[in-house]
Amino acid sequence: MRGHFGTRVLQVIPTLLLVSMLVFGLQQLMPGDPALILAGEERDPAVLAQIRDQLWLDRPVPIQYLHWMGGVLHGNLGYSWRIGQPVAQLVGEKLPVTLQLAVMAFIFAVCIGVPMGVLSAVKKNTVWDYLANGIGLAGLSIPTFWLGIMLILLVSVNLGWLPPSGYVGLFTDWRQSLATTVMPAFVLGNAIAAVLMRHTRSAMLTALEQDYVRTARAKGVREWRVVLRHALRNALVPVVTLGALELGTLLSGAVLTEQVFSIPGFGKLIVDAVFNRDYPVVQGVVLVTATVYVTLNLVADLLYVLINPKLRAA
Amino acid sequence: MRRLLLAAAACAAFAPWAARAQTAPLPTLTIGLGDDADILDPTLARTFVGRIVFAGLCDKLFDINARLEIVPQLATSWQWTDSRTLLIHLRQGVLFQDGTRMDAAAVKYSLDRHLTMPGSTRKAEISAIDHVEVVDPSTVRLVLKTPNAPLLAALADRAGMIVSPKAAEAEGKNFGQHPVCTGPFSFSERVAQDHITLTRFSGYWNAKSIHFSKVIYRPITDSSVRLANLDAGSLDIAERIAPTDVPAVRKNPKLRLALYAGLGYQGITFNTDNGPVAKNPLGENALVRKAFELSIDRTALVQVVYSGLFPAVAQGLPPASPFFAKSVQPPKRDVAAARALLKQAGVKTPVDVTLTVTNTPDQRQTGEVIQSMAQEAGFNVKINSVEFTTGLSASAHGDLQAYLVGWSGRADPDGNLYSFLHTGAPLNDGHYSSKEMDSLLDAGRTTTDLAARQAIYAKQAALEEKDLPIMYLYSPRTVDAMKKQITGFQEVPDAMIRLQGLALGK
Repeated sequence: MRGHFGTRVLQVIPTLLLVSMLVFGLQQLMPGDPALILAGEERDPAVLAQIRDQLWLDRPVPIQYLHWMGGVLHGNLGYSWRIGQPVAQLVGEKLPVTLQLAVMAFIFAVCIGVPMGVLSAVKKNTVWDYLANGIGLAGLSIPTFWLGIMLILLVSVNLGWLPPSGYVGLFTDWRQSLATTVMPAFVLGNAIAAVLMRHTRSAMLTALEQDYVRTARAKGVREWRVVLRHALRNALVPVVTLGALELGTLLSGAVLTEQVFSIPGFGKLIVDAVFNRDYPVVQGVVLVTATVYVTLNLVADLLYVLINPKLRAA
Repeated sequence: MRRLLLAAAACAAFAPWAARAQTAPLPTLTIGLGDDADILDPTLARTFVGRIVFAGLCDKLFDINARLEIVPQLATSWQWTDSRTLLIHLRQGVLFQDGTRMDAAAVKYSLDRHLTMPGSTRKAEISAIDHVEVVDPSTVRLVLKTPNAPLLAALADRAGMIVSPKAAEAEGKNFGQHPVCTGPFSFSERVAQDHITLTRFSGYWNAKSIHFSKVIYRPITDSSVRLANLDAGSLDIAERIAPTDVPAVRKNPKLRLALYAGLGYQGITFNTDNGPVAKNPLGENALVRKAFELSIDRTALVQVVYSGLFPAVAQGLPPASPFFAKSVQPPKRDVAAARALLKQAGVKTPVDVTLTVTNTPDQRQTGEVIQSMAQEAGFNVKINSVEFTTGLSASAHGDLQAYLVGWSGRADPDGNLYSFLHTGAPLNDGHYSSKEMDSLLDAGRTTTDLAARQAIYAKQAALEEKDLPIMYLYSPRTVDAMKKQITGFQEVPDAMIRLQGLALGK
């Protein structure tokens, strides 16, 4: 058992090392010289040379990589070339913002997608079914940035109900925090809601045709109980698996939503860093994201083993 | 005596109300910026939006006014004792936001810091300074290596910002995280990509002119979203609104527009001698470039893309500049003349041109209008749409033929011309080289007499129109939108949002 745990933990190291090499290498392929952006509009040659020297840009790529990794192994992700702040501090500031947004979007997606899928299946081939399918199709087809801007115009500019953009921390003022994130979370959760709706509908349709549902009905169980207690519980298993997978999609999907609503999260951080060729920020963000994914995978793997002893031998 | 006592008692009774009325809380001003500022250290800063934040944070030795004249700010007056010596008399009683006193020693410290700090982006702007001398606590002497007319304009921008020596020494390279200057607002907080908050500095030398308790700068990159925020009341001022949104702002009874002259230009830089890509008719032959120019109707282009908001120009200086050469105007579109010039140049038509543009909607549209107009005269224009950093890099390394690019502009004509046109200058990406042009630009830099400089820049504009290393298209104007209640907004061509005198009425 300990041996298995140890092997799995050790396997993480080469994975992260590979990720760090990939992100560093791919970055070098990006067109555009970061020193030119950093030297300001005047691009004084002396300043350019100084910047290249200071940031090790004039050294061979492997040396640059080792220099950066040396810092990372000592817990230093470096400093943003653009604003001078430590990358670790930026990551620490932005990650909770995106996580809050993703969790809220996921709640929206589940609250809209699952009931709509159930309704659509139960009222198959009725106006409710067509309406739910139409909404689902619209949710999948409408681009996030368009929906975002339209909602800002409607909800914030015309109705004045919610702030149009910005972010307030959950622990600073939870009401304001919810007010600033509810609209972007809805936009972000919208497409996922459509996916969940379609999967719930098809899983429910299958479940509703099963023998146990027929038996329940024959026993005189009320219809709502048949739907919610018998059919939905069984139909939810694949939906939950899909939902968990979509949570990852939410993190990457937040990039556009954060841009539209000016939310200072992870997505906006990395997009701005790429455009400004702020390499330490790009590297730091990708490395932290990869570490989070790999760690979660590792925890899941280890949990499987703990739950199912049969896997220990595998 | 009794009356006197009653009066005194009445005064004492009303005093708290009077005091409260005087200290009624000042409002907060929220400004929407087109981008996030970079590092808040005047020595290292690079971005345009950073300069807008500095307008609240750091006063300068000089400023410019709406007529582009140099006016004193931390200085009270100045004099050239000879062509290489500038004597600056400083305002007395000015405090830094950390409570220390601003004096000649602090000015020398800041200028020396600009000149010597590693990575300083100010060094090039004031490199004419040989050394700085403290004459007395309120007088400083700048001794130059060579006469330099643009120096005053440089000191009216970030190079003239004076930082607290005590804070700069204490913070070292982290000064940009906690900047301390002499401006009307002191630094409070920054959350990258979200906001920068400045708080009113009660010790400001011109505190009477400040009518806000706080200023919050919020970067909102999308212009439509910025405008929606202004409309919804989340912002008081939104800088740089898209020209296409101007009619909407004009129609909105809650908002007003500040549409005013800028300092920069937008044009096409031709690669005339930077690497093998320059070896083509457009790069090698001024006649072909002239034919290209004659095929373009600048006024129609501005009308189509920017609803006619910007003036068409054929020189690198804005019409607002006292050095603008009225004799050099954009030629009328003449397709027949363009075709004749191509014939005279002896080139095979159609002439292939790859025009690199930044991938923003307006720049792409500008490229498409040029493509369609030039085609009629015998040019086959291919548009290469790239992201800004990629285009900048390709331009610097000579990897493009023609580049649609702009310049934010400087108050002094030297700032718009020298670096782009002088042989070997850092921004001369097309590697244009002309001895006549070099001597005119050198003369413009070292001559301090206004009329003489005007004559020099008129000659320079005429020569440039002949050689055409850069084909200027238009001079962008600044379009800021704000709440109707905002008063005291100063429309200065550098597009900085000055907080002195700015107020929120009812």
